[in-house]
Amino acid sequence: MNTLVLRVATRILLPLILVSSIFMLLRGHNQPGGGFVGGLIASIGFSLHVFVSGAEALRRMLRTDPRWIAAVGLGVAIISGLVGPYASGTPFLTSAWTSVGGVKVGTPLVFDVGVYLVVVGAMLTFILGIKEQG
Amino acid sequence: MTWLVAGPIVVPLSAAVVTGFLMGYGGIQRLVSLCSGIALFGTAVALLTNVWNEGVTAAQIGNWPSPFGITLVADHLSAVLVLITAIIALAAIVYSFEDIERRGLATVLHPLLHALMAGVCGAFLAGDIFNLYVWFEVMLIASIGLLVVGGTRAQLDASVRYAALSLIATTLLLTGIGLLYGLTGTLNMADLHLRVQEVENEGLLTVIAVIFIVAFGIKSAVFPLFFWLPASYHTPKVTVSAVFSGLLTKVGVYALMRVFTLIFTNDIGYTHEILLWVAGFTMVTGVLGAASRNDLRRILSFHIVSQIGYMIMGLALYTPLGLLGGIFYTVHHIIVKANLFFVAGAIRRFGGSSRLARLGGLYRDAPLLAALFFIPAFSLAGFPPLSGFWAKFLLIRASMDVHEYAIAATALAVGLLTAYSMTKIWLNAFWKGRPEDAMPTRPPSRSEGFFLLAPVVGLAAITLAIGLYVQPFYELAERAAQELMHPAEYVGAVLGEDAVSGAGPSPAGPGGSGN
Repeated sequence: MNTLVLRVATRILLPLILVSSIFMLLRGHNQPGGGFVGGLIASIGFSLHVFVSGAEALRRMLRTDPRWIAAVGLGVAIISGLVGPYASGTPFLTSAWTSVGGVKVGTPLVFDVGVYLVVVGAMLTFILGIKEQG
Repeated sequence: MTWLVAGPIVVPLSAAVVTGFLMGYGGIQRLVSLCSGIALFGTAVALLTNVWNEGVTAAQIGNWPSPFGITLVADHLSAVLVLITAIIALAAIVYSFEDIERRGLATVLHPLLHALMAGVCGAFLAGDIFNLYVWFEVMLIASIGLLVVGGTRAQLDASVRYAALSLIATTLLLTGIGLLYGLTGTLNMADLHLRVQEVENEGLLTVIAVIFIVAFGIKSAVFPLFFWLPASYHTPKVTVSAVFSGLLTKVGVYALMRVFTLIFTNDIGYTHEILLWVAGFTMVTGVLGAASRNDLRRILSFHIVSQIGYMIMGLALYTPLGLLGGIFYTVHHIIVKANLFFVAGAIRRFGGSSRLARLGGLYRDAPLLAALFFIPAFSLAGFPPLSGFWAKFLLIRASMDVHEYAIAATALAVGLLTAYSMTKIWLNAFWKGRPEDAMPTRPPSRSEGFFLLAPVVGLAAITLAIGLYVQPFYELAERAAQELMHPAEYVGAVLGEDAVSGAGPSPAGPGGSGN
């Protein structure tokens, strides 16, 4: 797998893929996209990195266990669902909105970020698990 | 009320996060896991109490109105199954303290176990059919993770089979859901109940119904789709296989009970007849498979298959008493089956093997274990006055009422063969002398005695309670069956009373969920 073409291409592709995954995450607010797809795209980028530089390099790059990323993501998603109910007594996962300097900020984006992290964390756990055992 | 209904999902999900952070802190992780198990149990009790007092309770997640938003519904059936799930979870957590080592890869167990519980409770509470699918996926991901905890070759082999079969099932399920959505324009199950009655193309509806039978049939391991179960359930850690055998297939049974009473009732003569044949064949093949095995957990795995047949039989009869029997059977079976796997784990620990040929003399060496095996085993076989007797009695009575003598005879014969299997275990593991090549038995240490046997004692006590004090459990199952037979209350709780009485169709429109 570790060819020159792939190595050079990955160096260019990885940042692009990560940026487009963030784009997908943000776009999902009103259009097709969202945390799940964004997370999958980001994991594609990371798995390219694994193929080229190995599992150890990815672990160094992440600086943390991917299982932690998944746990943080799930926590973020749950907490985002508790904000609205805490503020106004509505059911679980009701979105809450506020305005910061004229920009509307709400919990749906926070929830999506949580989903994004869960997907990235889970996918990388699988990929690293397969790579390190195989 | 919404928190009460969402609780059985939010509590284990949060527990999964916290125990996930505590991987590597064995002792604290265990404590948190245990507390979460107790919290889930408390939530489930509160939910059942609420449903008992006030009837079907629905919650609109995110405050989006049904039938467009995500609805959680707790009727008697859902609430009682959530409570049983919580009981099994608590028993499994206590059992795991001794069964699974404190450090290393095994610390993944607690986060995954709680995630699995969230999936199971979510499936029981889901009010729309797409979320039912999503919760099946959550269960699938968590259960594959749990299957490989320990990482032996046999476990990986089992998990590949399990994953492959499950993926086929979920693909079929998604196809069925897509077709149903195309036909009716809604995913909400209560709304579907009203809208399928207006569908003109009844033939297509029956085709979709059969797709659902196959998809949920794989999930619940009925004939002829059960082969993944005996191939995988004996491989993982005892804690894991006990939870799987108690809960996973029963979620499939629950899903069948739900959709074939709420949605697909247009052609009962066809779909429920298929289910009745499936039930009969499932019972017979399962019990014959069990009779041919000589390893404790393999025997018990085949008995899951055969017992699923009884539950499907209750649904297939589609009478109030039949459904009552099916529900009663499901509740009794979850407790008994998980307990038998716990006991099998203890037998292997104290007797040195799980192969019948290498066991023996445990009656003399571990009389308490023998007594604890006796209760769930002979409840499974249907001996009075244990819980299994009432469950079988109700089902056979129900089939006699509608003159389905063949299935009644099958159920009785299979009960007899179940007794044969249990007697075989009893004779070999407990009564016969120790074979020469057997590993030496050893008395349990204090912590083994407590952590391995406390869950077994607790579950056996519940089995005895259901058997000896059957009235309240009967009444609970009766209420649940009434709600299934007459879905008006369920539909009213979800869509408002107007939707039930008024002939006006509910507003159509894309009710998509997800992101």
